[in-house]
Amino acid sequence: MAGLKLEAVSKRYGAVQVIDRLSLDVVEGEFLVFLGPSGCGKTSLLRMIAGLEEVSDGRILIGDKDVTNAAPGQRNLAMVFQHYALYPHMTVRDNLAFGLKNIGIAADEIARRIQESSRMLELDKLLDRKPGQLSGGQRQRVAIGRAVVKEPGIFLFDEPLSNLDAALRGRTRLELAQLHRRLGATMVFVTHDQIEAMTLANRIVVMNGGVIEQVASPAEVYRRPTTRFVAGFIGTPGMGFVPVTRLPDEDGRAVVRLPGGAALCTQVSAALQGQDLSLGLRPENLRASADGALRGQVEMVEFLGERSLAHLKLADGTALSITVIGQAPQIGESIGVAIDLAEAHLFDGQGRAHHAQEWLP
Amino acid sequence: MISRVGLRASRPAHALFVLPFVAVYALLLLWPLAKGLLIGLHDHDLLSNDSFWVGLDNYRQLLDDEVFMQVVWNTVRFVAISTPIFVLLSLALALALNRPGRLGLVLRATFFCASVFSVTLITLVWKLALMPERGLIAQLLTTLGLPEVPLLTSDSLALLTVALVTVWWIIGLPMILFLSALQQIPSDIYEAAALDNTSRWRTLTRITLPSLKRTIVLVALIEMIRQFQVFPQIMLMTNGGPNNTTRPIVQFIYEQAFMQLSLGYAAAASQVLLAIMLIGVSAQLWLERDRKVAR
Repeated sequence: MAGLKLEAVSKRYGAVQVIDRLSLDVVEGEFLVFLGPSGCGKTSLLRMIAGLEEVSDGRILIGDKDVTNAAPGQRNLAMVFQHYALYPHMTVRDNLAFGLKNIGIAADEIARRIQESSRMLELDKLLDRKPGQLSGGQRQRVAIGRAVVKEPGIFLFDEPLSNLDAALRGRTRLELAQLHRRLGATMVFVTHDQIEAMTLANRIVVMNGGVIEQVASPAEVYRRPTTRFVAGFIGTPGMGFVPVTRLPDEDGRAVVRLPGGAALCTQVSAALQGQDLSLGLRPENLRASADGALRGQVEMVEFLGERSLAHLKLADGTALSITVIGQAPQIGESIGVAIDLAEAHLFDGQGRAHHAQEWLP
Repeated sequence: MISRVGLRASRPAHALFVLPFVAVYALLLLWPLAKGLLIGLHDHDLLSNDSFWVGLDNYRQLLDDEVFMQVVWNTVRFVAISTPIFVLLSLALALALNRPGRLGLVLRATFFCASVFSVTLITLVWKLALMPERGLIAQLLTTLGLPEVPLLTSDSLALLTVALVTVWWIIGLPMILFLSALQQIPSDIYEAAALDNTSRWRTLTRITLPSLKRTIVLVALIEMIRQFQVFPQIMLMTNGGPNNTTRPIVQFIYEQAFMQLSLGYAAAASQVLLAIMLIGVSAQLWLERDRKVAR
């Protein structure tokens, strides 16, 4: 087990800056998830940690050892690849043993580790098969097993669940969480799937355009996003944004004018700057109500089982989704929307979030 | 109902679909093969077109023919020398040149280039280079103060020399086959190997070569079949000499058929060549199967 420290790490491909002076501390035993859209630099970052990609600037420390220029094999880590990357001509047993043989571990110790990990990952019956004879889920387990037997300081996962079908993805996700609990190892996981990030992570690193937008626990990333990007990216659907204009403050709270013309006294501190703001609202913090502050026309209704999502268009054309429990409204119907002020956030012109505060008088 | 009738019922008229292939196959392959076998059992004079049945006499005569035994031995030696060189050298070239960048591109094109030239051009160039006294190689040896080596006129060196020229000429194709096989190995396997602390040597022997196994067999088979039929470069460089030490089976067949005009005898020799090639190819496949079972 080991911690990981990134110090002002940058990555450039020619003139293209992919990662810009990124610093991060991963504590021992933590499950850290890099989350972001395609091309945000999360995979490049993971590959730099693994040593598969050169670092243009900055330092990478594993434990307290500077490994910035160390070979991948010298970094005391194991990686699970998106496409498994198993050795196709070797049996499962040889796949697991290969890395251990390379560093001269004794045969009985190799056998012990293989036995232990294959029992844990239910690979016992597959040990003499070759990867071509396994299903996708089994291959993924072998890939995880290959990492486990190395007993590395850090596990790296590069979108390991993206090639599995939905049911298997859910199960493997749970198994990974259990594996982390059992091994207590430091794990760094890259994904573009926020459900994976939410369910697995101790902390999520939300990345966009090669920089970190926010590092926080899943609950905080969801409930207290620091930027408009994070708010819009996290959640299905993401947070909706309503353009508002500032009115004179009241009791230290910011007051804004909603698209329909109504004034709304928020629970956000009046300390924020700027006149043109966005009001950020999650669907579950809105409900249909005849005397609601907002009004919109129902454009579409999605039935999701225990609840429905109604997609509205407000008077100024802004799209907003609300959660409806029980009887869903009809398409074309005009409904009022009430806002849960404790979860209504304001975003300034730079996209910075200002959250509702409960202690405000 | 329509699909049931269409898919399940077998009608004679359906044979029409395969008829074009069967016809061409029979006309251009089966018929000449059968005809060749038949001619081999006759004494067939090409000049008078007289033909009469002699049974296996042609084959018996071949067994007693010292020149034929010599050409069989020459051909087998030629294949035994050139095929391993083809496999090893083209594999080595492919491994060395499997890299991005301009230099790799230029070298790959250069090595492949020679295969495009016609055999007359290649042999002309090499005959000039190998010319005694004034040739490039003779002059090189003289400059270095070494004695001249009679590469094309020595009984022991001529076949080896022609084999090396052949390798030089057509090494490009097997190299390209190996390059395409190398480029199909996913890069993440090498990355996994790097994370597994795999040394360069172990990466080559445990990752790359096992992934190339099929291509190695393919190249060995292709080259074996091609080199058993060696003819034009030998005809042009040594004309079978010195003392028949480079004469291959195909040249023997050609001379028997079109210079001695005894077509029956030549046809019988062709059947022997076919048999030797089948034995060679089967041995290769059998060895490969054996190794798979052993794993």
